[in-house]
Amino acid sequence: MTTRLFGQKITRREDPRLLTGHGRYVDDVSGSAIAAAFVRSPHAHADILDIDVTGALDVAGVIAVWTHEDLPGHAAERLPMLIPNPSIVAPHTGYALAKDHVNFVGEPIVMVVAENRYIAEDAANLIDVEYNFCDPVVGVEQAREGSRIVHEGMEDNVAAHIVQNVGDVDSGLDSAPHVLELDLEFERSACMPMEGKGVVATWDPGEGSLEVYSSTQTSTGLRAVLAAKLEIPLTKVEVITPDVGGAFGVKINHPWPEELAVACAARALEATVKWTEDRREHFISSAHERAQTQWVKVGFDDEGRIHGLDVKFWHDNGAYLPYGVIVPLNTSTHIMGPYVIPSFRVEYWSLYTNTVMVTPYRGAGRAHAVFMMERTMDAIAAELGLDRAEVRLRNFVREFPHPMGLRMQDGAEGCIDSGDFVTSLDKLKALVGWDEFESYREQARSEGRQVGIGLACYIESTGAGPYEGGHIEVESSGRVNVWTGLTTHGQAHATVFAQIVADELGVPIDSVQVNTGDTRKLPYSVGTWGSRGAVMAGNALHLTAKKVREKALRIAGESLEADPDDLEIVEGLVQVKGDVSASMPLAAVSVLSNPLRYAFDESARAATAFARESPADEPSIKPGEQPGLEEQEFFSPLRSTVANGMHAAIVETDPETADIKILRYCVIHDCGPMVNPLVVEGQVHGGVAQGVGGALYEKMAYDTDGQLLNASFMDFLMPFASEIPHIETDHLETPSPLNPLGIKGAGEAGTIPTASAIASAIEDAEGIPIRSMPLDPSTLWHMRAAHAEGDVARSH
Amino acid sequence: MTEAIGTEPTSTIRLTVNDTLHALEVPDRKLLSDVLRQDLGLTGTHVGCEHGVCGSCTVQLDGEPVRSCLMFAVTAQGHEVKTVEGVGNDPENPSDVQQAFIDCHGLQCGFCTPGFVTTIDAYIDENPKPTEEEAREAVSGNLCRCTGYQNIVAAVQRAAELRAEGARQ
Repeated sequence: MTTRLFGQKITRREDPRLLTGHGRYVDDVSGSAIAAAFVRSPHAHADILDIDVTGALDVAGVIAVWTHEDLPGHAAERLPMLIPNPSIVAPHTGYALAKDHVNFVGEPIVMVVAENRYIAEDAANLIDVEYNFCDPVVGVEQAREGSRIVHEGMEDNVAAHIVQNVGDVDSGLDSAPHVLELDLEFERSACMPMEGKGVVATWDPGEGSLEVYSSTQTSTGLRAVLAAKLEIPLTKVEVITPDVGGAFGVKINHPWPEELAVACAARALEATVKWTEDRREHFISSAHERAQTQWVKVGFDDEGRIHGLDVKFWHDNGAYLPYGVIVPLNTSTHIMGPYVIPSFRVEYWSLYTNTVMVTPYRGAGRAHAVFMMERTMDAIAAELGLDRAEVRLRNFVREFPHPMGLRMQDGAEGCIDSGDFVTSLDKLKALVGWDEFESYREQARSEGRQVGIGLACYIESTGAGPYEGGHIEVESSGRVNVWTGLTTHGQAHATVFAQIVADELGVPIDSVQVNTGDTRKLPYSVGTWGSRGAVMAGNALHLTAKKVREKALRIAGESLEADPDDLEIVEGLVQVKGDVSASMPLAAVSVLSNPLRYAFDESARAATAFARESPADEPSIKPGEQPGLEEQEFFSPLRSTVANGMHAAIVETDPETADIKILRYCVIHDCGPMVNPLVVEGQVHGGVAQGVGGALYEKMAYDTDGQLLNASFMDFLMPFASEIPHIETDHLETPSPLNPLGIKGAGEAGTIPTASAIASAIEDAEGIPIRSMPLDPSTLWHMRAAHAEGDVARSH
Repeated sequence: MTEAIGTEPTSTIRLTVNDTLHALEVPDRKLLSDVLRQDLGLTGTHVGCEHGVCGSCTVQLDGEPVRSCLMFAVTAQGHEVKTVEGVGNDPENPSDVQQAFIDCHGLQCGFCTPGFVTTIDAYIDENPKPTEEEAREAVSGNLCRCTGYQNIVAAVQRAAELRAEGARQ
């Protein structure tokens, strides 16, 4: 028997290509295409009175200039609301090119198409737009207050509102000997993949068909929406997602205005048109995430056990809501985390503001939920003078499955399917040295250093449905081609899916080739987001490979005159178990699966030795069968899996400058059985680094006019290698009962609790309540001063 | 100034890239990164920010790492440019630095990676035995959003080992 590839630390099969300049990202496609550039609103809130494009039309090399009135049919209507939800009371989406009004700085108004991007940008700069200014709504406080309104016709700025209850929170709070209230703030940040967005669209006038390359997270969704908006048959649209230079959520929304506008231009001009986003465009017109104002009221007993938790939060969703309320919905359903909360009420308001829209960013909504719960846990411990880990331990869920009593983003009732929080905490405490920290603190203090330790626990719904599929064909050469509808942006799909398929088919991994993000072979797919790739496509491919294997054994069984149950496939050879003298290559099975008798190659000639005379009075292909060793299968789960983990941080804060340094960062992670631990660890490392960014550096600085003041990498501080600590990891593998492989998602885990763990550690070092993130040295310095003066409100 | 646009000045330049001399007619304002990608088809050099911070577009100019998005192609005339394809362009036979990235899982989406590879390729000649701290410092001018850097730092040290062993000449 060959070694099982599942669970092996196999180095990535996509690496050699990407490392030697052979990666193919969307801007690498069709370098000679004509280029689009966009005129974007410099104002946060204004009516458009007039657009004068004559200056642009005079520029040599300009091919076309488009405003809203040039958009045809459905393409001129509002962009779709992709995921409706009962909590959405006022759905508003934008247009591909603004119609009469702009709602944020960066909103696209005019598209210029020219021979190249340099000329297109020159021309865009010569277009004059006349505005009538309106008062902008910036930030949660102004949106909530409601004296200024983002969308005309609304009486307030509430896009969505919902209350969910578990038990009776009022009696839960009444029964509690202690009650605490916390006011919290969570930052506005953004995904910031190193590759911005991009699209290349080609119209074939002869075929009446559209081919689109896009750096999207969901090529199937983009294909469907472009067919609908351009009013052309679905079969005439194909979307191909080549290599994608990171996404983290921002490339999931579709269509982006530019994707639709560029596709329209390609058709009208009968050409290949390309748009590549620049970094400033990405800052001011792609999506942000995170910003929330939160309020927590918790009732607990002398032991620190929670009786009731009442939560309200206000979510800034920006100017439009094309992706629905996934972010605040996820926040609302993840607050209870790994804890038993007998009574719980959560109420959220998702609010319009005149800023860039907010759609999921790695950890979508969950990092905010963890911040509320974990800050609360630390506050309880502080109130009772108890150890912070002990308070968490006393509240842990200990029986699985644990129904949560809440409707999740997939519409199903949430349920923690598996886990072992007690063991996780034990492992975390051992890894970070929790019980020995006080002696370390004393030693540091004697050296004039100030240190603190903190922790944060989380759960994460992962592997959301509704489905994902796989397609596998075994060529007559023995090569195994695998298709998943998922796109890929660094998750090692070419490696982990090959591991899963090679295991099930019994072939060497080198014979397996994985293809992603191409709607031409597998048009039914959902997309790569929400830690769902391995769970959904991994299981779909596992089931598909099983189906291929069964067919292969059936065909081989006829030739070898053996019961298929007595056969196995080892290293690409179908053989009788225990009698390897009776065997045939899987390649030959592929030949036999197709009654087309041309002997193209060596395998075909070899297969003739195994061919059996077919009965003269039967068709070559029996009813219900298909030619070829090729199958498609789908996996659709009952509900999301729920992964979990715990992080601990040790920080040092400078007594003079308030500089914050992370000395150690430890992670215990449970995503069930790991397909490839190397890849899982990489995902955790990257997630933590983004979490550290959110905790200490990244913040979107809007002024009161709605101008983003830090729209460059010089001003929006993302961590370099010098800012990220060495990350220590350990794993716990509790299998999920919800899928054949028992796996739970891992993509977002690293990011979710990081800001909370670091807040906990800084609070411990400083002795000042930390109620908002990110926290930079300057803010901490001012908090110290305020705290020393007893100004508790300001120190929050 | 509308009249001036569209009649932009161009220059004929001779540009040595990866040991090959090219004669090109390019607009004076065209960035080196764009000329490499669009005129020479060397799309391994990526553009992540166009304001010189992220380092994705890093190439070597006479052996020193530089940001190709901050240079006009005309100013590279007379210099030796080396891109990631010049470090190694054969997936079957990657260079020492490229192999180190494979060994250490030093990349995920791969977009920023060529900038790291060209940076490190130059660095380990300068410092053949970097400590972890030095390795971290060496890559602190390049942004990566995927990996959390830990494995990239490991790859710097691994690359230095491979070069010392003369894994590939």
